[in-house]
Amino acid sequence: MKALLLIAMLAATGAQAAPPVDPLGSPNWDGLARTVFGDAPVRFDGRVHVVFPEIAEDQHEFPVEVDARTIPGVKRVMIFADLNPIPLAIDFMLGQAAPFIATRIKLDQRTPVRGAVQLADGSWLVSGGWVDAAGGGCSAPPVSRVKGDWAQHLGEVRGIATAGPQGVHVHLAFRHPMDTGFVANIATYNLETVMLKGSGGVDYGTVSLEASVGEDPALTLIVPAKAGDALAVTGRDTNGIDYAAKLTIVAAPSRVAAN
Amino acid sequence: MRMSRRVMMAGMLGAAALPAAAAPLSYVIDPKPVGDGVWVIHGADAPIAMANGGAIANITIVATDAGAVLVDCGPSLRYGQELKAVAERLVGKPVVRVYLTHLHPDHVYGAGAFDPRVLATTAQGAAVLQSDGAAFSDGMYRLLGDWMRGTELVLPGTILTGDDETIGGRRFGLLALSGHSPADLALVEERTGTLIAGDLVFHDRAPSTPHANLPAWQSALDRLKALPHKSVIPGHGPYDPSPTAAIDQTSDWLDWLDRVLRDALAQGLDMAEAGNLRIPPRFAGMAAARYELQRSVSHFYPGLEQALLPRIDTKD
Repeated sequence: MKALLLIAMLAATGAQAAPPVDPLGSPNWDGLARTVFGDAPVRFDGRVHVVFPEIAEDQHEFPVEVDARTIPGVKRVMIFADLNPIPLAIDFMLGQAAPFIATRIKLDQRTPVRGAVQLADGSWLVSGGWVDAAGGGCSAPPVSRVKGDWAQHLGEVRGIATAGPQGVHVHLAFRHPMDTGFVANIATYNLETVMLKGSGGVDYGTVSLEASVGEDPALTLIVPAKAGDALAVTGRDTNGIDYAAKLTIVAAPSRVAAN
Repeated sequence: MRMSRRVMMAGMLGAAALPAAAAPLSYVIDPKPVGDGVWVIHGADAPIAMANGGAIANITIVATDAGAVLVDCGPSLRYGQELKAVAERLVGKPVVRVYLTHLHPDHVYGAGAFDPRVLATTAQGAAVLQSDGAAFSDGMYRLLGDWMRGTELVLPGTILTGDDETIGGRRFGLLALSGHSPADLALVEERTGTLIAGDLVFHDRAPSTPHANLPAWQSALDRLKALPHKSVIPGHGPYDPSPTAAIDQTSDWLDWLDRVLRDALAQGLDMAEAGNLRIPPRFAGMAAARYELQRSVSHFYPGLEQALLPRIDTKD
């Protein structure tokens, strides 16, 4: 059914320009780019910094950071991996937050991992690189399913917000199994949206997550605020379970371990 | 899918052509003497990769009147077979003992080349090998391809129970420790005073932490440092002719690693940023430092988040 819809969507947008040639040579680029970006213009741009480790040590929790703070006018940030069965991981609609987001995604095989940012004119800037990974990141059962305690921890959030010279880092860790639907008899079930608001209701943005984000998802955002300010986190999963959390920004400690 | 005759023919020709075209895989096994009847085969100070065939761990050979004693046996059946031939030529006698220091595949996957009765480790080490040792197989085959041909985990047939073992006139002190993994065996060859430390000690090569318990590891290093040994064969990196330089360096790195990860979390950094933090200049000579820092971030960060970050949810 999903596939039919996709085909219909593709047919409906058949008049669009072809996406630019992929510098990574991904076998999935053309179709994926049409699906994700539609008719919008797409360019590859190295100012979209996609940061990840040189090795996928754990294909269930691969760290990815997209930092586009040198690009003015970014309104949306995405993270996706072309060859994952669920390519999209993160779709971040910015409010007042900086164009920066970090999380951990599953990898089902060697794949390009990309960040994409959308500008006010609707066009997209894309960057990324290949990551080598062992298979099965999306089709292994979550640890909390194996242990059986996943339901006891739904709604739990841990976090810290620190004010440093680069703005306020907000690091959040949610408990959720993030079921992909690729494990027998366990339907897709994931934390779906996370919203971050500040003092006076200022909207920092809304993050949409797919089940390709790792179990117990972590999100890191950067917001313009100061020590002492309050932050409010709300979220919802695909079964309608609500998440709510509050934290106060603290001054960042000095980096004692620098030496 | 139906295969056309042409595709089939092409496939068959390709297969027939392969053996002639592929260079035969062979390890360079070059034992260097470090004491009276003691040799080290220095593994590549690099990640496991096709270029080194997985031969990254140090292997020790000791000559005794009864035959050759080995500590660890390499990453693959092929390595084990070549190692056995090299050791028997060097010592002029058969291999009579292979001590297995811990469960990691670069140290023990060559075991299939030996009679299981000569393979020995502690009861705890054997239990960990039995429960977790085979799990590395898929990853090793994926990384190393044909280097791994025929390799299967072989469990030791001898369980070490005493504090020492004497073989052919040479006494080996046995220390059952943990920290790098749930069961780490270290040995002291008493005639030369050589500590054969397994992966409890790294030297000029950053320590790896996939099964590490950092406080237990530091305790183990304290015990090793207190031994009356003269020199150290680390699990990875060059032989240390002094008793403490490599031990101190390992301890220093682990201490820094623990502090830098906790500090990164206290700064609100994500894992990608934490893996790119500055490595102090005193570790500049350590091979694979960035690689191992990023691996360690992956090993420890999610657990540190659960342990150190406060609950902030407001649900009743």
